[in-house]
This record gives sequence, structure tokens and C-alpha cells, in this order.
Amino acid sequence: MTISVNSPANTSRTSRWSLRVLGLGYLAVLLVAPLILLFYKTFEDGLAAPWEAITSADGLHALKLTLITVAIAVPLNTIFGVVCSLLLVRHKSKGNWLIDAAINLPFAISPVVIGLSLFLLYGKQGWFEPGLSEAGIKVLFSTPAIVLACIFVSVPFVVRETVPVLQEIGTEQEQAAETLGANGWQTFWRGTLPAIRWGVAYGVVLCTARVLGEFGVVSVVSGNISGETQTLPLFVEKNYENFNLPGAFGAAVLLALLALVVLMAMNLLKRKEAA
Amino acid sequence: MEAHAAQSPVAPPRARHFRLPGVGTGLGRGYVVLWLSLIVLLPLAAMTDKSLSEGVGQFWDQVTTAASLDSLKLILVCSLIVVAINAVFGTIVAWLLVRDNFPGKSIVNAIIDLPFALPTIVASLILIQLWGKNSPVGIDFALTRLAIVVALCFVTLPFVVRAVQPLLIEMDKDMEEAATSLGAGGATVFRRIIFPNLLPGLAAGVALAFARALGEYGSVLLFAGGKSDTTVTSILIGQKIEQGNEVGAAALSIVLLLMALACLAIITLIQRWGSRHERAQGAGAGGFTIPASGGGLAGAAEDPAARPPGSFGGEDLDTGAPGTAPPRRHEDDDQRE
Repeated sequence: MTISVNSPANTSRTSRWSLRVLGLGYLAVLLVAPLILLFYKTFEDGLAAPWEAITSADGLHALKLTLITVAIAVPLNTIFGVVCSLLLVRHKSKGNWLIDAAINLPFAISPVVIGLSLFLLYGKQGWFEPGLSEAGIKVLFSTPAIVLACIFVSVPFVVRETVPVLQEIGTEQEQAAETLGANGWQTFWRGTLPAIRWGVAYGVVLCTARVLGEFGVVSVVSGNISGETQTLPLFVEKNYENFNLPGAFGAAVLLALLALVVLMAMNLLKRKEAA
Repeated sequence: MEAHAAQSPVAPPRARHFRLPGVGTGLGRGYVVLWLSLIVLLPLAAMTDKSLSEGVGQFWDQVTTAASLDSLKLILVCSLIVVAINAVFGTIVAWLLVRDNFPGKSIVNAIIDLPFALPTIVASLILIQLWGKNSPVGIDFALTRLAIVVALCFVTLPFVVRAVQPLLIEMDKDMEEAATSLGAGGATVFRRIIFPNLLPGLAAGVALAFARALGEYGSVLLFAGGKSDTTVTSILIGQKIEQGNEVGAAALSIVLLLMALACLAIITLIQRWGSRHERAQGAGAGGFTIPASGGGLAGAAEDPAARPPGSFGGEDLDTGAPGTAPPRRHEDDDQRE
């Protein structure tokens, strides 16, 4: 057992530095360099071109449509997420594993596959086609399909973030509230919800990010019609394909800035939750 | 508060779980099941129906065309390469974030989630700027198979890092110090102590990354494109939809769907294995385990930001295992031997 004190320390310093170079180098090349380049390319010829692209009629419409989908999909999935988490954690039953499995599906399935499934359900010869066309409702290639697509992909987030928090807080407080005579709703609003709020908020942020940026599913079901069914990510793709690079970059930078806001919100919420 | 207050001390608190309004009733359960069915299950059922609408023979023919098989082989091989790369680098990055200290660490920690937050099409656009024909460093591998690998590395990086990070935070340094004091070198410590401890999280992260890589569409679309030798399955499905070949697209989608389901099943098995292992070690009852939610609590000591976004949190709903407390192995006894 005679080991020199110095040599392991030296080895560990060398290996520490090589790990730093490897790990941080990988991140720099893979994540940071492309992001910096995006901002550089967008603004190298000034602000005018990207600004014009975003504030064009199509650009503004894409932004508006994207915000509308967020405004519909996120609240719906937040309510569902909280109710579903309460069901999974507080009301155990034999069938819960099936609900649990179904919630995980949108994580794992390819966006194109989700898009195709909606396309086939609501499209011509789809299961809903006779009823929908009779009622004069157009789902596919219009806003409802985009909203449905965004709801589909963002179903899991609030549930996944709320379930662990609910498990962690336990039921003592809820039972205490009940003993003190609070009814179910009072207990929920004053006890449970404040206790899980950061977990729910974290899920909402992830949900929002996913809806903002969803591309694959929306590209299948929306038809990608400029000024009608084009969300911001589709706007980026269309402009790139049409060699309108300032347009593509302008919208891409806008989305990247939103992504950075999301990152900051995530970080903030993680700290709140840990505190 | 009025009438109930007088009664409640008489009636002892129910032993069973507290029930919140409506949720456990048929109404709450019905709402959850109906929502999931309408939003998620019904479209998938319609797609399954379509894929078999012209018979099993046609389904099989569509799946086994040369183009379909090539695309499946390509995405499987690329995904395997990608998860191997990210298993190594993701573990290194997680290690740096937990055990190392360097300026800007919190920024690095935050930027790990960038691929989650950044729309995939934007990822595609910026990767093709950096590694395409206008590359500022003069390296152009856009529209090649290497581009598929790089795009997939980009989108799956957070999965491995965020799966490994909480386990590293929770791991006792004592074990490593004990091993080092007994003369074990860095490599031995890693192989005998760190790696076995990280394995359950690493495996789950890799399976999740693999599932994501198999289906990835947006980030591959512009960067790797749909050339004959770079058409992955998701891109091929997109092409089939554009050509109006719905049955072919649906059949191929079913294959991707089944592979995704297999990945989910594997992740569940890994988590079961992890939590059983934990119980077998008696850690759950012995007070060793911090019942952390995705590393939230445990991380408070060192690093609050180790939550895998969009993770499948390790919760085991059937057995009620605590939180996402990552499984831990206590090998002190072995090592001190």
C-alpha cells in the first residue's frame, strides 16, 4: 500500500483537463458554434432584411398562427396534465399503467408518423370524413389540424413533470387539510396546487417550447400554405427552399430567441423547485 | 370549515389516499381516457387501419421494398452510432457538470437543453450553414450520411446528459475515495465503481435517445436531405405521403411505431430493474436514498439543475417507488474487501 501521494493527483489533473477539453469541445462544436453562426449570418448584412421578412404579411401571419396554437394547445394540455397526474398518483388503479403508457407515446413516435395518423383520420376517406364534410368543417390543411397536431405532441410534458412532484409531496398536508374541514376543492387550490406549482410550470414551459417549434407533424397536416396554414417553423423551411435566406434566417433567429427564453425559464424554475 | 370542523375530529383520517374532487370518479377518469383516446389513440388506430386496408400481403410488400429496407437499415445504423457517441460524450459532459468546477458552468448546464428548446427545423438550418457548402471553416458534409449522424447527435445530446447527471449527483464520493485510497487508479475507479452506478440511468437515457433518433425528421430534412443514400425512414414516409402512397406511408409508419414501442418497453424494464435493484440493496428503507424528484432535491446540495426535461421520470406508478430517485448501488462492501 505504498502509493505516492503526488502521482495520482497529477494523473487526475491531466485526466481532468482532457475530460474538459473533450466534453466542452464537443459542446462547442455541436451546439454553440452553430448557434453563434445563426446569429452572425442573420445580422451580417444588417437588421433590415430579417426584420422585413418577419414583418411581411406571411411572416406576421405565421407568427400569429404559431401563437394561436400555443394559446389553445398549452392550456388544454395543462388542465389535462394536472388532472391526469392526480389520477395516476392519488387514485391508483389497475388500468393506470395503460394511461401511463399512452401518455409516453407522443415522446417516442416520429413526428411524421403522428402527422400521417392525423392526416389519415381527418383526411379524405378518413374515419371522420363523412361527418365533417357534412357539417362543413375543414380540419385538414387548416388551423384545427395544426392545433390538434400540437396538442398530440405536447400531451406528455405537464404530466411527466407533475407526477414526480406529486409523489414527493405526499398526502400528509392534504389529509391535514381534510381533517381541518377543508373540502376537496379548497384542499386542491390552497394545498396541492401551490405545492406542485413549479413542477406544473416547468411542464408548461416544455409544452410551450414543443408547440412553438413543432415542425414534422405540422408540415404533414397543414399543407404549408403561405399566409394561411404556415407556422413559423414551416415559414423557415419554405423560405429556405425558395432561396429566400434572409426570410429563413429572420424567422429562425426569432425561434432561437424564443428557445433561449425557454431555456432561461427552465433554469429559473429548476432553481425555484430546488429551493 | 363550519359543519365539517366539528365532525372531523370524531372521524379519524381515512387510511387510504386522500381523494381530490372529481378526479377519482368516473368523470375524471373518463375525461383522461377520452382525451387520450381522441387526441392520441384514435389517429394511431386510423393509421393502423389504413396500413392494413389492402391486406397483410400489401403491407408486407410496402415494408420490404428495397427503398424501405435501405431507409430502415440506414436509420438503425446511424442511431446506433449516435447513441454510442452520445453515451461517451454525454457521460463526460455530465461528469464535468457535477464533479468539476470551471467558469461558466451554469451557462454550460443551461445550454445542454438547447436541442430541446430549439425547433428541429432551425437546427437543420444552422447545421447546414456550419457544415454545408457555405461553411465558414471549409468543411462541407451536408447531404451525406455523416450529416445524419451529426444532426442526430445534436438532437439527442440532452437525453444522455440529463439521465446520467442526477445519478452522479447522488453518488457517494466515499466509494471512490475509498477505492483510490486502496490504490485503485482512475480507470479502475471508473470501471468498477462509477460506471456500474451510472449504468441504469445511462441505459435509460440511451434508449430514449435511440427512440428519438429513429423518428427524427426536422433536423435531418434540410441538412441530410432525401438523396438516395441519405433517405432515412421518416423522410421516406414524408416522400410517400407527398406521392399519395398512403398505404405505403402507413405501413412504414407502423414499423417505426413498433420500434418506438419497443424502446418504451425497454425503458420501462430498465426502470423496473433499477428500482428493484435499489430495494434489493435495502437502500430504500435504510435511509440512504434521497427521494429526489428528478434530482431536484438531491441536486440542491450541488446543482439544482439536473432535471431531464421531457424525461420519463423514473416513477414506477404500480409499485409507488419514491419519485425518480435514480437507482443506486452500494458497493462499499465489495470495494473494501
